[in-house]
Amino acid sequence: MEAGFSVLIGVFFSVAIYLMLSRQIVRMLLGIAILGNAVNLLIFTAGRLTREVPPVIPPEVYTPVEATANPLPQALVLTAIVISFSFFAYLLVLAFRAYQELGTDNIDEMRVAEPEDEQAPSQGY
Amino acid sequence: MAGSSTSVDIANAMHVAPVAIADWLVIMPSFVTIAGGAICLMLRKNTKVQPFVGIGFLTLLVAVNILLMAHVIQHGVITMVMGNWLPPFGIAFTVDALGATLSLIASIVAFCAGVYGSVTVDNTNRRYGFYPFLLFLLTGVSGAFLTGDVFNLYVWFEVLLISSYGLLVLGNERPQLDGSVKYGILNLIGTNLFLISTGLIYGMFGTLNMADLTQKIAALDPADYGPLSTIAALYLLAFAMKAAAFPVNFWLPASYHTPNIVVSAVFAGLLTKVGVYALLRIFVLLLPVARSNMSEIIVFLAIATQIMGALGALAQNRLNNMLGYLVIAGIGSMLGGIAVGTQHAISSTIFYAVHSILVMTGLYLVAGMMQMLNGSYELRKLGGLYVINPALAAVFLILSLSASGLPPFSGFWAKMMLVDSAFEASHPILAASYLISGFLTMVAIGRVWSFAFWRGGPEGTPDGKVAPAVAETSGKLPFALWLPVLILTGIVVYTGLQPELLMELVLRGANGVVEPMGYLRSVFGDPS
Amino acid sequence: MNTLIFRTIAPYVSALMVLFSIFVLLRGHNEPGGGFIGGLIAASALAIYGIACGVASVRRAIVFHPMSLAAFGLLIAALAGVPSVLFRQSYMTSQWLSLKLFDVTVDLSTPMVFDIGVYFVVVGAIASIALALEERESD
Repeated sequence: MEAGFSVLIGVFFSVAIYLMLSRQIVRMLLGIAILGNAVNLLIFTAGRLTREVPPVIPPEVYTPVEATANPLPQALVLTAIVISFSFFAYLLVLAFRAYQELGTDNIDEMRVAEPEDEQAPSQGY
Repeated sequence: MAGSSTSVDIANAMHVAPVAIADWLVIMPSFVTIAGGAICLMLRKNTKVQPFVGIGFLTLLVAVNILLMAHVIQHGVITMVMGNWLPPFGIAFTVDALGATLSLIASIVAFCAGVYGSVTVDNTNRRYGFYPFLLFLLTGVSGAFLTGDVFNLYVWFEVLLISSYGLLVLGNERPQLDGSVKYGILNLIGTNLFLISTGLIYGMFGTLNMADLTQKIAALDPADYGPLSTIAALYLLAFAMKAAAFPVNFWLPASYHTPNIVVSAVFAGLLTKVGVYALLRIFVLLLPVARSNMSEIIVFLAIATQIMGALGALAQNRLNNMLGYLVIAGIGSMLGGIAVGTQHAISSTIFYAVHSILVMTGLYLVAGMMQMLNGSYELRKLGGLYVINPALAAVFLILSLSASGLPPFSGFWAKMMLVDSAFEASHPILAASYLISGFLTMVAIGRVWSFAFWRGGPEGTPDGKVAPAVAETSGKLPFALWLPVLILTGIVVYTGLQPELLMELVLRGANGVVEPMGYLRSVFGDPS
Repeated sequence: MNTLIFRTIAPYVSALMVLFSIFVLLRGHNEPGGGFIGGLIAASALAIYGIACGVASVRRAIVFHPMSLAAFGLLIAALAGVPSVLFRQSYMTSQWLSLKLFDVTVDLSTPMVFDIGVYFVVVGAIASIALALEERESD
């Protein structure tokens, strides 16, 4: 099953990179969202996949009776999901504000911080 | 619970011995800043009290870091695991001389920024949370310096990243939004790369504790090094992006000049150096094999970053843009030390990192003061500052000489150690690039000196005359601006004249990552 | 959304949801639930109240600014790790206190304090976003 997931993760990564190569901010952000999901799937797969055995231990014993699913990747993925979701939300708002203020969503046309006609420093004293 | 009939020995998973109170110092920098940030956030509306509370907590942070440093010097590496779960199960905070030194310097810089910000940050931006963001930024920075767990390092990176987003858009002006979009997207991609490689390393070794990983990687069969190179390449790309190394540095000059100057100063001092620190930890401590395999690539990156940064600085007309490029040139020098990788080289990298944190922050702060006196960052419009304020000119000269690596200031020792280590490892081109970038830095910054300070007024003022606008300006600057600049300059001069103290610290720091026995012993206890 | 039915029902629904969120928060240690989910439920209660009766009345009802609530939560979550210093244990080690009250054993613990902190952080953060969005809509 890990092999199948690897292929899926590869597809996710290629879609994400294709979208991130776009000049439109919204497409780039979609690419980043997909990249985040690809990474989460990757961590999940890296912890090895076990089906239908939750890592829950009965109250009388202290160690799992049988091999269970690995709980650590789930915790890592949960952390990563929350973080990447909040970043995505922040960047969406930022992109919207930038679109309102700068009037464009094309990265090539965003030149307010680095104007194209910037003067060179004077050569002489 | 039926805990009494257990067949498992709890001592295998839990830390049962009592924890010394002094070990709590390990988490104190992060704890103080979280608590302080939360309190400042609650006092958000009270713009009068907020600076006092913020600066108070930053002072406390410096004090805690000094105690932590003293503790580490006395007792060597110290470790604390969260919730008493033994490593590698619990998240470990492990502090060695490297982490403690950088954390202390970072807290000093943050304190300076807090004091400086009490003047330059207006009430609106205080209400939008300058002090909470600054404190949370420091939570992330100190957490990253002190943690002993790779995934935890990622979390602290995100903490400092989200606070830096907040600081960057503080003020909400058009260039800031533009810069933030580029900064935000590229840095997020960088941390995602970090997460990818962390996921892969977890898949390979089944652990994320740095000490545990160090042992497992050292015991790895050389036939299995293939995947490790992939992981190392991804880490290199991720941290190079964070540290703004060539060719993934373009977010830095696009964004660092846009926010309030004190925010730029903190960013220039701390953010890129956290990337360098992560490179040191991951490459030198965890993946020494991969580092020596990729040494040639890192040497190339180091040379390209230095030369590109210095040339970029030469081409800038605005003072704060130029300083951004100088930050990049400094990153190149530190990469060079990592590329060489001997103990001498690593200690010079750490020395350079400390020097660069202090000097770059200082230069940005001085640039802010120059702008306040002259009303512009543009070299064409600056002039006559020596007449207005000779003391500022002296401070600028000290910091700029230090930045270009001239004696008798801290930069000289850093550059000298780097050049020396490059020759030792027979990398003459790398050694030459240190000197060339230092020379180009000197040219760029010497031009600022002669334009902004030496001539009588803005462009067009006749030679030898003082422009009338300059003569009318009163050179008074508030003490709250002078204090941080003087603290930073004082440390720069002191380490220039008396480098032994810092040298001792960085030698210990380098020893700790090159020969990690002390680090491992601290986490796992004595292998008796 | 200013129908009479909704406006009449909304305060009761919100009150019930807040109550339910506290229930979810407190059962969270051993059963499904916890601070995050509880916080989300409470934040949606505030959002519903805001849609029905206006943002101003929500702000009046919760007294403090949502961001201050979030900061307060962060503070007590960070402080929840501290009591273990008294027992010479590491930061965040859980401490339990069992009280006998009228034949019922009540277990108080530092993880619960931490969870309450998480609850406040989530309520504060989500509510401040939701209220800002609702304010924008009414302009």
